[in-house]
Order: sequence, then structure tokens, then C-alpha cells
Amino acid sequence: MIWRIEIKHKRGVFDAQAQGIQKSVADLGRVAVSRVEIIQVYNVEGKLTAEDIQTICRELLVNAVTQDYYFALEKPRPHKPAKNTHTVEIAYNPGVMDPVEESTMKGIRDLGIDTVESVRTAKKYVLRGTLTKKERDIITGKVLANKLIQHVVDHAAAAGSPKASAANGPFRLILVDLLKAGDRQLMKLSRDGQLFLNLQEMKAIQKHFRSMGRNPTDVELETIAQTWSEHCYHKTFRGNIRYRASENGKTKTTTIRNLLKSTIMKATREINKPWCVSVFHDNAGVIEFDDEHHICFKAETHNHPSALEPFGGANTGVGGVIRDILGTGLGAKPICSTDVFCFAPPDLPSDRLPPGTLHPKRIMKGVVSGVRDYGNKMGIPTVNGAILFDERFVGNPLVYCGNIGLLPKDKVHKKANKGDQIVVVGGRTGRDGIHGATFSSGELNKESEVVSSGAVQIGDPIQEKKVLDALMQARDLNLYTAITDCGAGGLSSAVGEMGRELGAHVALDAVPLKYRGLKYDEIWISESQERMVLSVAPRNVTQLLSVFAVENVEATVIGEFTGTRRLELFFHGVQVCDLDMAFLHEGPPATTKEARWVKPKVSAVRIPRPANLNKKLLEVLSHYNVCSKEWVVRQYDHEVQGATVIKPLVGVNCDGPSDASVIVPKLGSNRGIAVANGINVRYGMLDPYWMAASCIDEALRQIVAVGGDVSHIAILDNFCWGNPDKPDRLGGLVRAAQGCYKTAVGYQVPFISGKDSLYNEYTQGKKSIAIPGTLLISAVGIIEDVTKAVTMDFKRGGNLIYCVGPTYDELGGSIYLDTYGYLGADVPKVNTKLGLKIFNALSKGVQKGLIRSMHDCSEGGIAAALAEMAFSGGLGVTARLDQAAYSGESKRDDTVLFSESNARFIVEVEPEKKSRFERLLKGIPRGLLGRVEDSPEFIVYGLDNNVCLNTRIQDLREAWLRPLRWS
Amino acid sequence: MGKTAIKVIVLRTAGTNCDAETAFAFRSFGAQVDLVHIKKLFDRQADLKDYHILAIPGGFTYGDDIESGRILANELSRKLGPDLCRFIGDKKLIIGICNGFQALVKAGILPGPLDKNEREAHDASQKATLFNNDSGKFEDRWVHLKVEGGSVWTKGLGEIVYFPVAHAEGKFITRDGNALNLLKANGQVAFRYCGPKGTKPKYPENPNGSVEDIAGITDSTGRILGLMPHPERHFLFTQHPFWTRLNNNGRYGQGAKIFENGVMYVKEHLL
Repeated sequence: MIWRIEIKHKRGVFDAQAQGIQKSVADLGRVAVSRVEIIQVYNVEGKLTAEDIQTICRELLVNAVTQDYYFALEKPRPHKPAKNTHTVEIAYNPGVMDPVEESTMKGIRDLGIDTVESVRTAKKYVLRGTLTKKERDIITGKVLANKLIQHVVDHAAAAGSPKASAANGPFRLILVDLLKAGDRQLMKLSRDGQLFLNLQEMKAIQKHFRSMGRNPTDVELETIAQTWSEHCYHKTFRGNIRYRASENGKTKTTTIRNLLKSTIMKATREINKPWCVSVFHDNAGVIEFDDEHHICFKAETHNHPSALEPFGGANTGVGGVIRDILGTGLGAKPICSTDVFCFAPPDLPSDRLPPGTLHPKRIMKGVVSGVRDYGNKMGIPTVNGAILFDERFVGNPLVYCGNIGLLPKDKVHKKANKGDQIVVVGGRTGRDGIHGATFSSGELNKESEVVSSGAVQIGDPIQEKKVLDALMQARDLNLYTAITDCGAGGLSSAVGEMGRELGAHVALDAVPLKYRGLKYDEIWISESQERMVLSVAPRNVTQLLSVFAVENVEATVIGEFTGTRRLELFFHGVQVCDLDMAFLHEGPPATTKEARWVKPKVSAVRIPRPANLNKKLLEVLSHYNVCSKEWVVRQYDHEVQGATVIKPLVGVNCDGPSDASVIVPKLGSNRGIAVANGINVRYGMLDPYWMAASCIDEALRQIVAVGGDVSHIAILDNFCWGNPDKPDRLGGLVRAAQGCYKTAVGYQVPFISGKDSLYNEYTQGKKSIAIPGTLLISAVGIIEDVTKAVTMDFKRGGNLIYCVGPTYDELGGSIYLDTYGYLGADVPKVNTKLGLKIFNALSKGVQKGLIRSMHDCSEGGIAAALAEMAFSGGLGVTARLDQAAYSGESKRDDTVLFSESNARFIVEVEPEKKSRFERLLKGIPRGLLGRVEDSPEFIVYGLDNNVCLNTRIQDLREAWLRPLRWS
Repeated sequence: MGKTAIKVIVLRTAGTNCDAETAFAFRSFGAQVDLVHIKKLFDRQADLKDYHILAIPGGFTYGDDIESGRILANELSRKLGPDLCRFIGDKKLIIGICNGFQALVKAGILPGPLDKNEREAHDASQKATLFNNDSGKFEDRWVHLKVEGGSVWTKGLGEIVYFPVAHAEGKFITRDGNALNLLKANGQVAFRYCGPKGTKPKYPENPNGSVEDIAGITDSTGRILGLMPHPERHFLFTQHPFWTRLNNNGRYGQGAKIFENGVMYVKEHLL
């Protein structure tokens, strides 16, 4: 029997969640809802008496101080059909994880009630207001539910068992007729099976099976498709590219073999830092930290899932990159997260939304909630991030999730041995995320939300936290020899990778399932979250299982690494897969892709000299890409673990925008790490080469700004691009990779890991919207002594203000020109020789205690940097632009104020340290701009010595705080 | 282990996550700290009676599913009830921070019996709760707190302290007006949110809408303390959100005193 329990707030209790729903409904603009009430529904199944249900309500589900409840057998609470009252009940689709189910079952059993069989939850929304059915449906679709994972409960329809419906058909091995297929049939097989393989690849598979004289099984084909997918194999970066570049009327053609090896990895090899421990090899890059530990760093993307289900997409993105860290070496402890997003502007008019896409504000709120939920519940501080807005992200938002881990020095190497048992630990396997790896290797369109719904899922952070707790103990007891996370491709990818040299034998029916009825291929490729695969010597299996049992984590032996170099899968004793590991991992036949880069024709824009620069400064500070992201940052726990020494929000009001964040991985020690990122898509629209250079420069100078040292910084690349089969998209990618190489070598900063996410395009009819080619550079630097670190807020009136580094006429791609709707032409360039001198001098300045505050000049230039430092310190400024080291033609105040030239800093120095500080800067262009003031006046004199900015810090601060200060 | 060891148990379960920093805080004052999974207490592989201080740290036990701290609260009262009674009866100390506070309140351990009748009846009913923030969201921010009452935990803390909060369900409310009156009359309010100079707070100074700005309470003896803010996150000077603006006045931050008080109490009264 199924009992239905409904719980609602007592009269007079303020329901913040209902208030939030009401606000989101109001945001839709069209409909009037005067009140929202939320009723929590539990459907509890089992042999339970009314008395049991009373106990469950009183002791577990209902808060006696704030809530009332109602229960009955299988019936919703009857309500008088009141005028202007609409009731909508939302529940999870069958097969979608109900995050509350497991703990509620546990809670009920804790009460001594063992007869409970299942719990499913739902939410009932009671909306007051005059609504048409259509309006109600709009609210349901846009605010209350996402049909990919949820549905509206129809009580008139027959109530089914809340247990997942499990069609348990008889087992049947499926062969795919490949041997006789012609080209058209091959491509049809690829499409129908969602394999995303091209003809050349299908033919290679056909040839392989012809040589064996048999057809493949479905699971064999899916295993190959997943291993060869762009997502897992990075065919674009590893393949051949014919690259034609045209600049100034000349065209040059070159052939690139393996873009990754000839740019990114080449830089690392040439720089050859002794402290790089493991690069481009493991799940994450590994560098030395201190005598006992290394630091590992990885950033991933979760773009496609976040476009369709923002909460679940971002949620599982965070969970996935944390598992990357857990699977680095023999398992690192995650110590902080960094998350960077790109969205369309949150105020985008609804009529500009392509069909099938979610509104950017909804996406942003969902993504932030997803990151908040997973990171906070895992107890990992989210210390750094960035958010960029551009309308071309409307169909493809970007969600970058990064994580840093601490790894004992003796736990770097892993190797499964012949005879080791294959143990899967963590969550159970369900139908979630089938075809995620192949799905992310294709473009999105308006049907994506229908056909790819299996690729969307919700995470269970507490499950992963339990895995983390158990895993660290098992690692320190040396109970396993190798570990891999289950990410894209699920067990197929994890076991396939670990058993690459040895071969593996897996009994698929041994894998613990969430519900019955999964087919063998579903078990194999399911991307259910929170699972890791370990290889365990037979003598350690018992102890390993008991370590996991204490933490209530399921751990199950599912097979063995064999030494046959074959991948052999069995289901109920029948062999369903027998693949040669070498064939599988040698990968698809190398293709040659065409790439074309033509320097865009841009003409310099002439804008009239603005009459009022105060107004322009306020506009720049209110620009979505500059303004405060406090609404987001505060929802993340950025100080759990107690290690965050320089927080993302700094200054006298705890709301200033910190450059890098600094954490001490080991409590009580003063040795720390700084984390920062560089990203700027507008430069890339002018030239991806200089975008890459600027992103690296920005990431480095943020770390320098808190006191880091460039000689001890490592970086990650993360390319999100459009369809690489289109030559213009790929041309930009090549150019950006070349910029990465040159700049990294120039600064002597190695890449240690990277990631690419391609095919970020949204097809609408014949038109295809590509995202602007986007490169994220993430950086981590070692801070010898965190007590010497500096923050960006001005500290004391009377101190001197310097601008270090030269300013050029580089308004191309700037925020300032964007306030006029222009892109401009002169993209900021990077001079690594001078930049390195500047970085080193300032690092030395911090070490010698000569610097009280420092902030890099990035978007918004000198003006934005000065303003942020002033209002973050609650202090005013008097400055003179004619003192800045400016070399350009325009000789205009707005150029000097808002140009975004690289390698520049605003630095605050105490007057008595003036000469010592200036000695450090020998040969470096800089200017003593002025001084910090105790009064709130913000006054800047222009190149002609007349006042060009005259405002107050509270107005600057308000302009900066307002745009994203959502309640 | 010698007789003189000060023993602290930091209780862990699925979703606990401030255990390491809480343990670090007690260890810094010489306590011997064990991180113990609650399952080991159920299975008798560990025993509460071997410890002087029970610390229930922050986190999201069992995902805060149903409501924050609820499932842990039921485990405390239903599976460890007699052990806890003895622990409290032995005049030992308990501290619950954030999620730990939520669990203690929902288990009826805080504020505990409020008057003579309730004491005699061993009344362990839930008299208050910690509910969704008025802001409707999780927020991590630093708050000023006025220190009140005479708990052993808060001795010598000074008038106003500055700690971070990081929660979504921290709005303290009592069952009724009577419970609130008794709580105040008994001097069981330990911390109230306030403005920087002790003034009446507005949002976000009171970050969650707690009744009468209550941020932390004790039982009637002052030996059991629960609070939403995190003293273990202002344990060191460099954890202060703008320490780079301040004169370095030593290694420790304002939260350290609470852990030192706990350890000193054990030294003076329980060894």
C-alpha cells in the first residue's frame, strides 16, 4: 500500500522558498500570482499502519514548530475548488534519482519501522491568481518543473507504484548487422544508435569485425563509439589539421600533426620545470607543493547537460571534476573548487530566445544552485570563479568546473596488476546519463531536449562525500593499486582505461543496480554518478570492503584484470563483448580536418570625446562582465575547511573583488596556494591568438597581485569552441593554441592539464549559432608565506598610488567600447619579456613588504581598478593621468582610463617606502598617479591637468553592486 | 593513554564536513581528538563515556534531507539517548556548530528543560527549531555577535565577536512565546547577531531572520552550547576576512577562546 503524506507550513510561518517561486513567476512578466504555497508530498510504500505513518510524520518528516501535516491512503488531500486557485503537483520522472529518497528510507528505518519499501517525493504548488490554463502551463514549464527530469502528477490517472517501473524482459543478446552494410547503412547505424561516428570510423570498425568474421554485439559497438568519441579521445586535437592562415593579403598553409602535442604540450616540454610531477597523463596535472604533498589541478566542462537541465548539469559537473581529483594518482583530497560560467545576458528579452532553449537567467540561477548544492554539501570551498555574458551563449551556456587536490608524495603512481579484482564503489547504477559522452560530441538542436534526456541527471553529493571519506582511509592503508573515476562513458570508460594493458573480465550482472530491468549494455555505459573503480589485490579485498562498509558505502567486486589484453563482458554467464584492447585504444583512423583563419577586417572606431566621463565609469562598473558577483559568491561556502586566507570577497565591507584566492592546504601551516583564472571572449572575436595571450597574462597577474611568483605557477587550458568540422571555427582554435604556446614559453609557465569541449553550436533550421571561441586559463601558484599576501583594497589615506606597466591604445574588445556597442580594432597584445620583468619586480615588492595593496588592470582598465580598490577600502583617490606610463597616439583621457593593456597593476605604497619601491622598478614603465585619500572623493585629473573624473566612492560602489544584486 | 589526557570526540557521519577544522581547534590547545563515525558508537566500537567533550561539527548530515539535522537528531535521541544522558549528567561538555546545533535543537537537547517541571519530567521535547533563512538561500558571510549569558564556553570572549555563518537553515524560532521568555530569563541566550558596534541588526547583519537575533543558545547549565556561526573558522588570525587591514595581534582569532575554554574546563573540573 502507498501512503500519501502532505506537509505544509503553519499559518503565519514565512516561507522563503514560496516567496522565491513567486518572484520567479513575477519575472516572467505576464502573469499575476498573488500567493504561492508549497506543500511537500511523500509517497511512502510498504506494509505500514496508520500508526506507523503517525510516528513517521511526528518524529521524522514534520517539524512541529513550523509545519502541519495530513496523510491518507493513496489520496491527495481533498480541497474545495476555490476560485482563482490552481494546484500543480510536480514529481521526478521514473528512473531519475530522487535525492531525498535514500535518507528518508534510512530515517524511517531508524524509527524501528522496517516494512517501508520505497519513498517518492513530490511538491504541490498552490498558486493564487487569475490564470488561464495556458498561463498555468507556462509557469509550470518555466518555473516549477523541467520536463527532462520531472512531470506534472495527474491524480485522475491510475496511481502507479512509486517503485521505478521495471520492464524485466528476458535477456537477449543483440548483434548489429555490420558486415554487409553499405555506406548509407553504416551512417544510419551510427545515427540510430547515437554513436556519433563518421563514415571513415564506421568503416574501420567494419573492417575489424570482417577480419574476425563476425558481427559486433550492440555493447561492443557502443564501447568503441564511447572510447572513440570526441569527448574521450579528443580527435580534433590529436588528429591532422590542414591550416590556412591569411593575414595582410598573404596566405600560408601548414599541416599540423597533433595540435595538442605541437602547441600546449610542447610548451610544457620546453619549459621543463623540475616541480612538474605528472602532466597530461593522469586525470589532473600534478605539481610539487611541499616535502610531503603535491597539488593537483583539473578543470572540466559540463556545457551540454547544463544547457538542458542547469541545476543537474552543473551539479554533476562539480561532482565529476571532484571525482577526477579523487582519481588522480591513488586519490587526492579535494581542497577547493573554481567555477567559471558563460551565459547570455540575464535580461535578454524572451523573444530573442531560440526555440527549445531556456532563458539565461533561469540557466544562471539553476547553474549557481547546482554548484552550490554539490560544493557546499561536499564540504569543499568554492573559492574562485568568473561569469561572462554574451548573447551568443544563448543556445550553449558554458559551465567550467575546476578542482584542486592535495596528494601525498608516495601516492602519485598507480598500476593495476594481473589478477587484481575490479571493485566498483559508491552509488548504484541506473539508466542515468546513457550516451553522455557521445551526446557531448554533437551539436544541440531543439530536439536535443527530447532525444538526449537520458544524458541529463542529478547528483548525490552526500554519496560522493561518503566515498571520499572511505577512500582516503583505504588509500592510506594501501588497499588498492589503481583507481579511476566513472565519468563520461561510465564503467566502459573506467574499466577500459584501467585494463588497457592487461585486459579485463567483467560480470555485468554483479554491478549493483538502482532498479531491475537494465539491459547489459545500459549497465556498461550508464553514467550514473558518484562511482569509482578500484583495482584491488585479492588479499586486500576483504579489508577494503569493510573500510567502505563502516562509512555505509557500497563496494562490490565485479571482475578481474586478466592479462589477456581483451575486454570480455559477461551477462548471466553469456559473453556479450570480446574486444581487442589494442584495437579499442589505438583509436579511430586519423582524419585530416580543414582549418582556415582570416584576420577579420575591422576598422578602428571613432567615438566622440564623452562630455561626462563620470557617467562612462559608472556604466563600465555596471557592465555585467565587470559588476559584483556577490549574489553568486555568497551562496557558495568559500571557507569550509578553514583554509581560505584570501577570500573571493575582500576589503572593509567584505565585498571587494579579490584577484586570486589564497588557501592553506594544511591548517596551521603558512605555505599556501593561489588560484586564479583568465577568460575574455571579446578579444577572441578580434584575434584568438591575442585572446589566448591575454587570458594567460590575466591569470598570472591575478596571482602576482596577491603575492605569488610567476616562476612557480602552473596553468590549465580549457577550450570551448564551435563545430571543429567547420574550417573557420577550427582556424580560430589553431590560432588560439598557437597563442598559448608562445605566451606560456615567454612567461615560462607550464601547462599541466587541459580539456576541450567542441561542437558548442545550436542549430536552428538552417542557421547555426556557434559560441564565440572561448578559452579559459586556470592558474595555480605556490605562495611561500601566506602572511605576506596582499589584497586589492586600499588600506590608508596618504599612501601613494602607482600604475605599473605601460598603457597603449588598446581599446579593442574593451568593456568601454562595448558600452557604445562597438568591438573596436586594437586588441591588447602581450609582451612577455617586459611582462615578466614587471611580475618579478612586484613579487619581490610583496616579499619585502613594500606593497600595501595591489590590483591588476583588466576589464575596465585603470579606471575600474582604481575605483574597485577605493570603494573596497572605503577610501578616496586623487590621481593624475599625465603621470601614467602611456605610449599611444590618441592622447585621450578615455583611452588611458579604459584601455585594457596587459601586464598592468595599480599598487599602493606607503610614502616612507617610496624610494625602495621605485628602485625595484628600474627600467619598468610606471607612473606615480597620486594618493589614497581619507575622504570619499574620487578625483582624477586628465592628460590636460583638468579634472576628468569627480565622483564619490559610494556612487561607484553602488553602480558596481547593483546589476546582479538579486534577492 | 594517561589519566590526564583531555579527550574530545568529534562526531562524524554521512555529510559531516567541518570535522577536520574543529578537531584542529581542540588539538591546538592540547586536547586529544578522535574523529569518530557515529556507526562506531552504535556498534560499541567507541564509547561516549571515554570522552570529556562531544563536538558535533558543521556539514550537511544526510544531505539535510527532510530538514537540516533531523536524521542525525533522531539518531542521537533514539540510538544514543541513554549514553548522552549519562554524558550530560557527568557534567561533561557538548558543542554543536551549525549543522551540529541544528541536530542538538531537533533532538531536544538544546535548549533542554526550561523550568523545574520540565526538568523533573526529563522533558526532551523539541522546543525550538532552525528554519529556512528569510533570504531563501544559503549564504556565507561574516556577522557580528553580542556575547551573553554565563556559559563556560563563552567566558572571556569579550562583548562582541566576529564569526562567519554559512547556512541555509539558520533562522532560530521557539515553539511559543513562553519558551522564548524562559530561554531569556534563564540566561540561555549565548549569542545574538548585532551591528558592528553592538547595535540592533538589520539584514544581513541578522543573516537569517532569527527571532530576537538569537544566533546561539546553551542549556540551563551552560555546558551545552549550540550556535549557527562558525568559531572554528575564526580560529586563526589569517582567517579574518580583512586581516590584511589589521595589525597582526598574534596567531589566533576570536573563535579560539571558545575551544580553549572547553579544554580549560576539562582540566579544572573533570580530570
